[in-house]
Amino acid sequence: MSKADTHRTDAGRQFGPLLCLQELSKAYPGVQACDQISMSIDHSAIHALLGENGAGKSTLVKMIYGLVRPDSGSMSFNGSAFAPAQPRTARAAGVAMVFQHFSLFEALTVSENILLSLDDAQMAGIAERIRGVAESYHLLLEPGRMVGDLSAGERQRVEIVRCLMQNPKLLIMDEPTSVLTPQEVDSLFGTLRRLAGEGTSILYISHKLEEIRELCADATILRQGKVVDSCDPRECSAEQLAEMMVGTSIGRAGSKQKMRDRILLRVAGLSLENSAPFGVNLSDINFDLHAGEILGIAGIAGNGQDELQGALSGELPVSSGQCQLHGEDVITHSSSRRRKLGLLTAPEQRLGHAASPDMSLTENTLLSGTLRMKLAPRGIVDWKHTRRFATDIIEGFDVRTSGTQAAARSLSGGNLQKFLIGREILQKPEVLVVNQPTWGVDANAAAAVRRALIQLADAGSGILVISQDLDELLEISDRIAVLSAGRLSRSLPTSETSRTEIGLLMAESQDATS
Amino acid sequence: MNELGSISPELLVASVMVASTPILLAGLGELVVEKAGVLNLGVEGLMIIGAVCGFAMSVITGSVLAGVLAALVGGALLGLVFAVLTQYLLSNQVATGLATTLFGLGLASLIGKPFIGVRPPEMPRLRVEFLSDLPFIGHVLFSHDPVLYLSLGMTLLIWYFLRHTKKGLILRAVGENHDAAHSIGYKVRQTRILAIMFGGAMAGLGGCYLSLVRVPQWTEGMTAGAGWIALALVVFSSWRPLRVLLGAWLFGGVTVLQLNLQAAGVGIGVAYLSVAPYVVTIIVLVLISANRSQRLLNAPACLGRSYYISS
Repeated sequence: MSKADTHRTDAGRQFGPLLCLQELSKAYPGVQACDQISMSIDHSAIHALLGENGAGKSTLVKMIYGLVRPDSGSMSFNGSAFAPAQPRTARAAGVAMVFQHFSLFEALTVSENILLSLDDAQMAGIAERIRGVAESYHLLLEPGRMVGDLSAGERQRVEIVRCLMQNPKLLIMDEPTSVLTPQEVDSLFGTLRRLAGEGTSILYISHKLEEIRELCADATILRQGKVVDSCDPRECSAEQLAEMMVGTSIGRAGSKQKMRDRILLRVAGLSLENSAPFGVNLSDINFDLHAGEILGIAGIAGNGQDELQGALSGELPVSSGQCQLHGEDVITHSSSRRRKLGLLTAPEQRLGHAASPDMSLTENTLLSGTLRMKLAPRGIVDWKHTRRFATDIIEGFDVRTSGTQAAARSLSGGNLQKFLIGREILQKPEVLVVNQPTWGVDANAAAAVRRALIQLADAGSGILVISQDLDELLEISDRIAVLSAGRLSRSLPTSETSRTEIGLLMAESQDATS
Repeated sequence: MNELGSISPELLVASVMVASTPILLAGLGELVVEKAGVLNLGVEGLMIIGAVCGFAMSVITGSVLAGVLAALVGGALLGLVFAVLTQYLLSNQVATGLATTLFGLGLASLIGKPFIGVRPPEMPRLRVEFLSDLPFIGHVLFSHDPVLYLSLGMTLLIWYFLRHTKKGLILRAVGENHDAAHSIGYKVRQTRILAIMFGGAMAGLGGCYLSLVRVPQWTEGMTAGAGWIALALVVFSSWRPLRVLLGAWLFGGVTVLQLNLQAAGVGIGVAYLSVAPYVVTIIVLVLISANRSQRLLNAPACLGRSYYISS
């Protein structure tokens, strides 16, 4: 620890930027991911890197971390030339990174996970070192626990402690708050401010503009691989930042409709046992979904979201409980029978669950639309009709693609999601269950998806939105309930609740179980 | 009961250990390969290549040691072929493994043609003064060949390596989540190739134990499914080295027992006796690995998935 302390205080007194990038470029086949990017990060600064999906943020930080080699350009770190050929070199120089999709191993313990990223450490004594660092930053961690059993917030603490143990001069954080409760975000910000105060610079990647305005003093904005602007986010409004990011202004989702009385879907006493590793059991889930209503299910992924969606779609067998669609219990019905009756679902995993990656859009349309759209009368596929349906989705939901024959894999996350949500909406569902509808989707597409969901509800369907994004739920849903450790809280009308109240609900049930 | 009386418990236990050594060695090798996230169904082919290389080399040179080394190298080289195909050319692991088995069986027949009916030099056995002369224990524990002791030592070594060393942790990490391992900066491909070659060498060693000690002679197709049993052991042992040892002993034990029963002329059909080792081993291993979630937890999450750097 003493070594770390000295370098931190030393770094705090140095002048000039810590990291300097000059005209870094990187091209992949068909895309110029980074185009002559120049920027610099000061000592002890919390610097934001802003941009939509595909703006080149990930490629840029991968170059700094030594995972990707730039085609041209140069970097200097702490005053000397810097060209890491592999992450080990970057770590040795003092760069640490917390990844967007956690780079943790679920079947290994906390100690083992941390050990893997420390180049010099051995197994003996690692647990004590972890406890020492964790305690000095007030981050609770139990080194012997299996990572697969940890919540998202705890997993992130593992990543952060892992980085801190490398005594970094620069800490890169890629979308760190997307899976945290508001309270966890606050405590993360506390840790980051303290680190910056001790001389560590932080490169903070996010598209959550409010957070950036709260945390960062500098921001560099990327669009299509180029630096388009830089600013002090504390002096800009979120709208201004968004415009810099996207290049145009983003439309908000439309107005909310009033709640109606007719109950479309009633779930009562639903329980499910999941024997998969790190699977979650659902216990006694109860809720009503009215016609024209959007019910938001908040909570952090891994608390039973996939299980709830699976139970409603008919993919997972439940151990007890009822699921009534128009008063008819459908819990023993097959997935197709539920679809036929109008209970449609759009799962979280786009490639591999919602869509078959190597099949064309037309074929993917067929996968979920056969029954309701009568795409295969008497078992024979009507390709003409199917293609027309796929074209309708593409046109109706502004899906940017080369055509109906394009493979699902070839679409960007946002476009594929618009296609998949469109595919369900055009089937005129009675009830639509969507899981993480805008996860990993750029801001414009996310707004389009939300607008489409609201329109569907206005037309009289009931929608269950399962999402980790609290802002999204506050924006579109009429009522919000929290799913935590397989239990669903009572629901609160969105107009009468706040981020804090829901955040507390999320944290409470989490504490109760751990 | 007379028939059973003719079976000597001393000889029985000693021969159980000999009978279980080939599948133990091959199973341990495959365990390491699978822990690195690779499914190599070519164990049978690797074993028989080891059997023929070891046999041929020890007959030609007259040295058992040279034979054992040849088996290790032969197995590792065929493993390398599998590794290049699956890791660099990204061929399907299941299909390539099956092809490796077929290729190994064919190549071994070709190499082995001149050696049919030849007697190999004998593998020396351990002799410790006093200890080897002890009744029962001396025969059971202190009178075997070095490879058998090596196989027991490897069981402990592999357990220790996987459980307690950093290199072993890296290997498990690669098998658990190759993308994360790559993003931290570990060499997924290199780790896997080394693991596959190690697995090949172990299978080769197991094979040559068959042709040099267990049988000892060369016949075509002499592995007779031992490689497949080794593969099954790995899965049913929930990827734990000590359980592989247990399973190997069980299989070896029932094999030897049923051979003895056949020889003693017990009134059970030969077909039933011959099938007994397979049935008993699988039933017992299924029972001890009945805890499904525990088994899935131990299974390498990336098993059989091709790895390529996407960006």
